[in-house]
Amino acid sequence: MSTMAIDKGAPTRKVKYGSMSRDRAWALRWSYFFLTLFAIFSLVPPIYMIITSLKSSAEISAATNPWWVFHPTLSNYIELLTSNQFLTFFRNSAVVSIFVVTITMLISVPAAFALARMRFWGSATLATGVFLTYLIPDSLLFIPLFKMFAVIGDWTGIQLINKWYVLLFIYPTLTVPFCTWIMIGYFASIPKELDEAAIIDGASWFQTLTRIFIPVALPGLIAATIFAFTVSWAQFLYPLVFTTSADQLVLPVGIITTLIKGDVFNWGQIMTGALLGAAPPLIIYAFLMDYYIAGLTAGATKG
Amino acid sequence: MAEVMLRKVVKRYDDVEAVRGIDLDIADHEFVVLVGPSGCGKSTTLRMIAGLEDITDGDIMIGGDIVNDVPPKDRDIAMVFQNYALYPHMTVAENMSFGLRLKRYPKAEIKARIDEAARMLDIVELVDRKPKQLSGGQRQRVAMGRAIVRNPKVFLFDEPLSNLDAKLRVQMRIEIKKVHQKVRTTTVYVTHDQVEAMTLADRVVVMNNGRIEQIGTPNDLYHHPATRFVAAFIGSPAMNFLPCRFEEVAGRLHVRLTDRIAFPLPPGRAERYRDVGRSEKLLLGLRPEHITEANAHPELGIEAFDAVLDVTEPMGMETLIYFTLEGTQVCGRVNPNAGARDGGALRLAVDLNNMHLLNEVTGAVI
Amino acid sequence: MVDVAFRQGSVAGVRSPRKRSGLRLALKRRSTVAFLMTLPLILLISILVLYPALYSLHLATLNKAMSRFVGLGNFEFLFKRETFWLVVEQSCIFAISAVIFKALIGFIVAHFVHNVPTKGQRKWRGMLLVPWVIPPAMSTLAWLWLFDPSYSAFNYTLSFFGIGPIAWTGDAYWARFSVILVNVWYGAPFFMIMYLAALKSVPEQLYEAAAIDGANWWQRIWYVTLPMMRNIIAITTLFSLIVTFANFDIVRILTSGGPLDHTHIFATWAFRVGIEGNDIPLGASVSLFMVPILAIAAIFILRDISKRGNEA
Repeated sequence: MSTMAIDKGAPTRKVKYGSMSRDRAWALRWSYFFLTLFAIFSLVPPIYMIITSLKSSAEISAATNPWWVFHPTLSNYIELLTSNQFLTFFRNSAVVSIFVVTITMLISVPAAFALARMRFWGSATLATGVFLTYLIPDSLLFIPLFKMFAVIGDWTGIQLINKWYVLLFIYPTLTVPFCTWIMIGYFASIPKELDEAAIIDGASWFQTLTRIFIPVALPGLIAATIFAFTVSWAQFLYPLVFTTSADQLVLPVGIITTLIKGDVFNWGQIMTGALLGAAPPLIIYAFLMDYYIAGLTAGATKG
Repeated sequence: MAEVMLRKVVKRYDDVEAVRGIDLDIADHEFVVLVGPSGCGKSTTLRMIAGLEDITDGDIMIGGDIVNDVPPKDRDIAMVFQNYALYPHMTVAENMSFGLRLKRYPKAEIKARIDEAARMLDIVELVDRKPKQLSGGQRQRVAMGRAIVRNPKVFLFDEPLSNLDAKLRVQMRIEIKKVHQKVRTTTVYVTHDQVEAMTLADRVVVMNNGRIEQIGTPNDLYHHPATRFVAAFIGSPAMNFLPCRFEEVAGRLHVRLTDRIAFPLPPGRAERYRDVGRSEKLLLGLRPEHITEANAHPELGIEAFDAVLDVTEPMGMETLIYFTLEGTQVCGRVNPNAGARDGGALRLAVDLNNMHLLNEVTGAVI
Repeated sequence: MVDVAFRQGSVAGVRSPRKRSGLRLALKRRSTVAFLMTLPLILLISILVLYPALYSLHLATLNKAMSRFVGLGNFEFLFKRETFWLVVEQSCIFAISAVIFKALIGFIVAHFVHNVPTKGQRKWRGMLLVPWVIPPAMSTLAWLWLFDPSYSAFNYTLSFFGIGPIAWTGDAYWARFSVILVNVWYGAPFFMIMYLAALKSVPEQLYEAAAIDGANWWQRIWYVTLPMMRNIIAITTLFSLIVTFANFDIVRILTSGGPLDHTHIFATWAFRVGIEGNDIPLGASVSLFMVPILAIAAIFILRDISKRGNEA
């Protein structure tokens, strides 16, 4: 029975200790300090957008303190919200986004259900494959897609270039893979016993999907819908390539190409337009922040 | 020296006092168990000794030095957690040597210590495995190995066996006791299981509601509980508490349980309870093993009566019997061949030489 | 029953049961149903993702008018152009430095948010995620305004400290800095959210055990936090590398690739050459150069995901 020698092997010295709870309080204070710094960094651009949008052109060119509004005015807002062109942009964005969200969910949900639940030959490969296609960026595909649609337009006589509805075909390539991925995750987390209970109760596959899986995985559905909407709304490259006439443009492209006329930048209006363009995602975020984040963390994605 | 001393230690969370001023002296090499129901403050006390919680008031001393403001890493303690807390990405050897590597011990020394601890705990073949490849019992041994290797002043155990199944728990209890016999480090052990407390401890500290109810050796607590709480907590099945009254019958002190049942007190007890009021509400405390089948030759202090059994639980080496007395359920232990049957009648005897008398109102043992 | 009545002269009776139930059965069979449910997905990806990707290979081999086959002629042309190599270099520097900063800032901020009591974390998370919520095209406009040569609010503030006006988008090196800055501003919140979720999944007891074992704060991060988060760090970093590498919006709006092509990256230059310059095959060639790099990253991600599956 050996008792181990009590030897430290390292030098000991008399150390003076501060209070542990005081240390923790200080750590907390530093955390708040840095968090405030980062919060300021994050919020400066949007706040600046708000400030500028309330300024008249005169005040902007007067080059007074850019961080303060001396004579706030809503004229920018009124001008934009009564401008037919701007409203067309807004409408186009809204229509495209809503359609794309619908199309996306119609494609993703059944596919996710099949991949998550019904084991069939190749399902695992297909699931990974779906995920990988998400890695093929829009900046690789925009040129061949442009040519493809031009060619199809020539063959069929249907005008496809410079039409907003073309985007309805293209946007889903951005939203469907990831939404399918999200839904596979949510569906897979539903216990198998629920399926079995449903089968015993006499449900077909379709009924199992609509009456059990969709309600139970509702948070996932909401998260996927929000994701699809936000991606569609914010798209810039594809609409820039495929739409050029003012009445076909969506909001991001519209603001940039029409509010910047030549060398004259009407910053007041540009910032107002940008703010209004950022409003829908921000509003959704404000009310549904948890779903927003859930969609994000369901898998590593854009960033 | 590695004594641990707590002086008037208080822990307050916002408005709630989890620990309400406790005093405790733990001698060097002693194995002390803090036991009590959930929420009694035992884990909080342990974590304050470890330095994982701040002390709201009072002092904690380890080895004679006040350690209130000393961070855990400088207190020279080691802790075994309920969930083992093994580093999942390190092998068993790396887990055990982590603390030593941080302090830059020489490699040879580290290896020697790991080898000795692994042999002691019988985990030598596991040293190169990762935690996820180990069973619960093995992980617990590795956690103990990590503590042993550090050779600290104090071992702290936080309900280490709660996550193991019943059989494994019994095994590990024995392991822990063996390790303590070998290594002799001062140990503070927290559990809610009074069996662990009784089997492992040199002394047991029973806690309830943030206070210490009683400190004593397992035997002390078992045979001489100071409060109703301790009497009820220690021992399984629990002690029976029967409402009773004292009365004088024929010059002798009797304890009356029901209209038909009253027993004379044995001389020693009669002397001790001489001054107890005749009209006081009292509880007779009797452990189940002191309610058993009536013997052919009763001794002094053993009184017999008839009872109708509600339920019997044959345990193999004995049978537990349950019957009702004036609305109180009573538990007794009889021989398996005493003829106890569900619903049957049985002649039982109570051993009043081992009775406890409690004041019903204050819960104090008289 | 109706069809029986209409069939004059045919044997009265039920229609061949085997044929009908055969089709029905096939429809009910799991693999058929599953296949049908995934068919739109498969079609979408094949026609609008895989096919164009391959088509661009074909396009890259044509001449500008797309009338004849020139093999690797476009690539030869690109290799001789100085701008092309500038684009390659810029894309790589841009992607790597932006991702490093995003990951670092995301990691640090996630720690601070994690340190704060849980009740307050929500509002900090809310504020810090805003850059990611605003469509990048809109927020880049705000930055463009903040960087404006004449009216920059930053230059206004800096002038109080005696620091001269900075040509945020006019000077080549400052322009690169600005582009990376905006990308980091936009992307760091994503890393922060992912790392915060990962931080929360590390059991608190591991930290306590490490504290008792003698680890100070950075040792705890190095020996406990980072190893536990290794997978999520790898996956987010690789994903972000791919996405940042292929980024278009920020550069296009902030600098349009200037000044003098010193901020062009693959996406924006492909757009300039292919769409604005009306040379589709050349643009396709430029875009295609991203493929080898993306492929390597994809392989690493695949390996990491399957490793994650096994280690859990």
